[in-house]
Amino acid sequence: MQSGFVLVAMSLLVFLGVYAVGDPIEILISPDADQIEKERAIRALGLDLPLWQQYLVFVGKALQGDLGRSFVFNEPAIQLILQRMPATLELAFGSMFLSILIGLPLGLYAGLRPNSALSKGIMAGSILGFSLPTFWVGLMLIMVFAVQLGWLPSTGRGDTALLFGIHWSFLTRDGLSHILLPAINLSLFKISLVIRLTRAGVRETMLMDYVKFARAKGLSPFRVTFVHVFKNIMIPVVTVVGLELGGTIAFSVVTESVFAWPGMGKLIIDSINVLDRPVIVAYLMMIVLMFIIINLAVDILYTVLDPRVRLEAKA
Amino acid sequence: MRLVLAAFGLALSLAGAQAQTLTMAVGAPVTSLDPHFHQLSPNNAAAGMIFGKLVEDDANGVLRPGLALSWSAVAPDTWEFRLRPDVRFHNGNAFTADDVAFTFARIPQVPNSPSSFAGFVRPITRIEVVDPLTIRFTTNGPYPLLPMDLSNLFILDRETHANATTEQFNSGAMAIGTGPFRLVRHANGDRIELERYDGYYGEAPAFARVVYRMITNDSARTAALLAGDVDVIDQVPTADLARLRSDARVSLSEIMGLRIIFLGLDHGRNDASPFITDNEGRPIARNPLKDVRVRRALSMAIDRNAITSRVMEGSATPAGQYLPPGTFAYVPDLAAQAHDPEGARRLLAEAGFPQGFRITLHGPNDRYPNDSRIIQAIGQMWTRVGIRTTVEAQTWSTFIGRAARAEFSSFLVGWGNNPDGSHPLRNLIACPSPERGWGNSNRGRYCNEALDQGLMAAMRELDNGARAAQLIALQRQALDDLAIIPLHNQTNIWASRRGFTVTPRVDELSMAQSVRPAAGR
Repeated sequence: MQSGFVLVAMSLLVFLGVYAVGDPIEILISPDADQIEKERAIRALGLDLPLWQQYLVFVGKALQGDLGRSFVFNEPAIQLILQRMPATLELAFGSMFLSILIGLPLGLYAGLRPNSALSKGIMAGSILGFSLPTFWVGLMLIMVFAVQLGWLPSTGRGDTALLFGIHWSFLTRDGLSHILLPAINLSLFKISLVIRLTRAGVRETMLMDYVKFARAKGLSPFRVTFVHVFKNIMIPVVTVVGLELGGTIAFSVVTESVFAWPGMGKLIIDSINVLDRPVIVAYLMMIVLMFIIINLAVDILYTVLDPRVRLEAKA
Repeated sequence: MRLVLAAFGLALSLAGAQAQTLTMAVGAPVTSLDPHFHQLSPNNAAAGMIFGKLVEDDANGVLRPGLALSWSAVAPDTWEFRLRPDVRFHNGNAFTADDVAFTFARIPQVPNSPSSFAGFVRPITRIEVVDPLTIRFTTNGPYPLLPMDLSNLFILDRETHANATTEQFNSGAMAIGTGPFRLVRHANGDRIELERYDGYYGEAPAFARVVYRMITNDSARTAALLAGDVDVIDQVPTADLARLRSDARVSLSEIMGLRIIFLGLDHGRNDASPFITDNEGRPIARNPLKDVRVRRALSMAIDRNAITSRVMEGSATPAGQYLPPGTFAYVPDLAAQAHDPEGARRLLAEAGFPQGFRITLHGPNDRYPNDSRIIQAIGQMWTRVGIRTTVEAQTWSTFIGRAARAEFSSFLVGWGNNPDGSHPLRNLIACPSPERGWGNSNRGRYCNEALDQGLMAAMRELDNGARAAQLIALQRQALDDLAIIPLHNQTNIWASRRGFTVTPRVDELSMAQSVRPAAGR
């Protein structure tokens, strides 16, 4: 019910916003097209109707599952987005994987041995991770690893292989070498977040009574850390990673632009620049849906991780 | 031993095969492979590799025989085109005059086109297929520009493309033409893969395979060139020019292009102009820009050499007229306006503005190279002669809508010419007239009826020499009256790795045919 309301509000906002920003025809039309051509184009794209009527046409078609055709590509907007989705998903999941792989162990170490030199180094590094701008880091990565050292390719997506009828590039070696740099770029911010969250969570739970009791009982430090402490710090980490995943899938515009990665982020920023309204509307509505699903998944994970939530629900 | 030799030979041939692939990276994405869908330069470049035209234009904008071997006006309102025999489409179908008729009928029918090519076929009232290799077009009155207009239209095959949709072109199924390359794969917004078509009638391209990549981020594109991932890039960012010129791995190809950057002025209002006030901020009763002395002062205050050498880093040439040299009806012996701040102040005083006034100069900030920096420089130059200027740069999507509605007093904008003197006159200087289809980009609303009458007469003059003289006179008139203030012509620059040479084009199109391996490698 609430999600339906959000969807409607989002579509209204986009229509009004695009109308306020400018005129798609002025941007798309060739400069030496004459007025007759302009009229024809305006009619072809349905922009001659008053705004409220355009919105009603859109709603009518949306209820039948048709979110409109892109002004620029003349393909159904949903098809355009779905075509690009595998590339963005690869990048998003790749960066999430990296952030957990690197962030969790480092954060755990920094929490368990807070006063060692390495811990202090890790924390300082995490500050760099969320203060350096993604744009700059991406270009630096390209300059160092592609131009100077020549170890990795500079831009673009690599060779793909078919799985379930979709082209994925992580299945090929060449594809993986192309994913590496943009995934690192995208994951830096998340690594820093995960490190700090994990460390704070560890420091907090280490002081809890049940940890002292477990150690008093004689459990090995390994079991104390990885069974008891670990599970209890996961809730904030899962929440943040979930939200970040949603944000990465939806808006990894900068990384995709810098690395010429043919994903959805690049599609949305290009569409905004030329006011390709059908694509903007379709994209934002899909993103709303996606965030709703992710939040649902996070809630389910809570019940798995935290028995208190399960017991509360039962009671 | 034989095994070693065989392996060596294989390696050599592989290396040779590798040398047969060209990777290009372009800065503007191709949105569709349907050659009639959207009149957009990147789309025209991609279509130029796969499809053919009746009339081709070479790197300098000169018209050359393409699918048509010759053409002439057999009557004042009829053009006859004699077509090239033995041309085949990529799928083996023969090219005939009937395909041309089909193509011109399809062009106005392409659905949902944001900017169609219909304007080019509108002057044609009747098409007559005389025989499979001869076709006649009847126009609405004498129309000397028909060959140039046809150099924009790509030809399709009736049997293959009878019901082709834009999506079928984009997926590659219908991307079948008479051009030098055949489509292998199209990844929308990412890359186009092509291979050489051995049945091409013209000069065979140097490369057997082409990967045409789209990298819109400037720095990433330059980095890809330096890393060796791509061989040629276009739209070289001016900030990188100095570095690339001195880099031994890279060579640059440059040519003065057809695009002119100019300032539009508000001619439509006789009373107050929206962004002009006196020095105390009160609106001025009459629009100062209607006085030609004020306009000339504004032009004299601009130091074009400083802009082209410092702001554009040498990648532009000051302009005294609309078109670069070598185009039809280029005005000879006309230099760019010299920088003369004293003269500007004198003219302003003569016109009744000894203390100057305030104005706002608008412009885009993400459309032309250094656009926001150019208007900042001009703002300072104008302020120095007493016209206190505020500068406002906006993103193109907001700017162009407002400019089209004539909301500004002065604004910076560019214009990509066709290499013919009538083109800027028709679109930028003529009175806006929906019926005639003129003045559609005349955002300052300049209107001079006498000039329009002269232009109409010139547009009906089939004799090239007479028409050129008339167009030159009309351009002089418009330039003297400062309908717009020309600033500079952009230089089109391509950067390539050593081992590749690029023939630069005046129309900015990046096509694989322009690239050859460098001699003596």
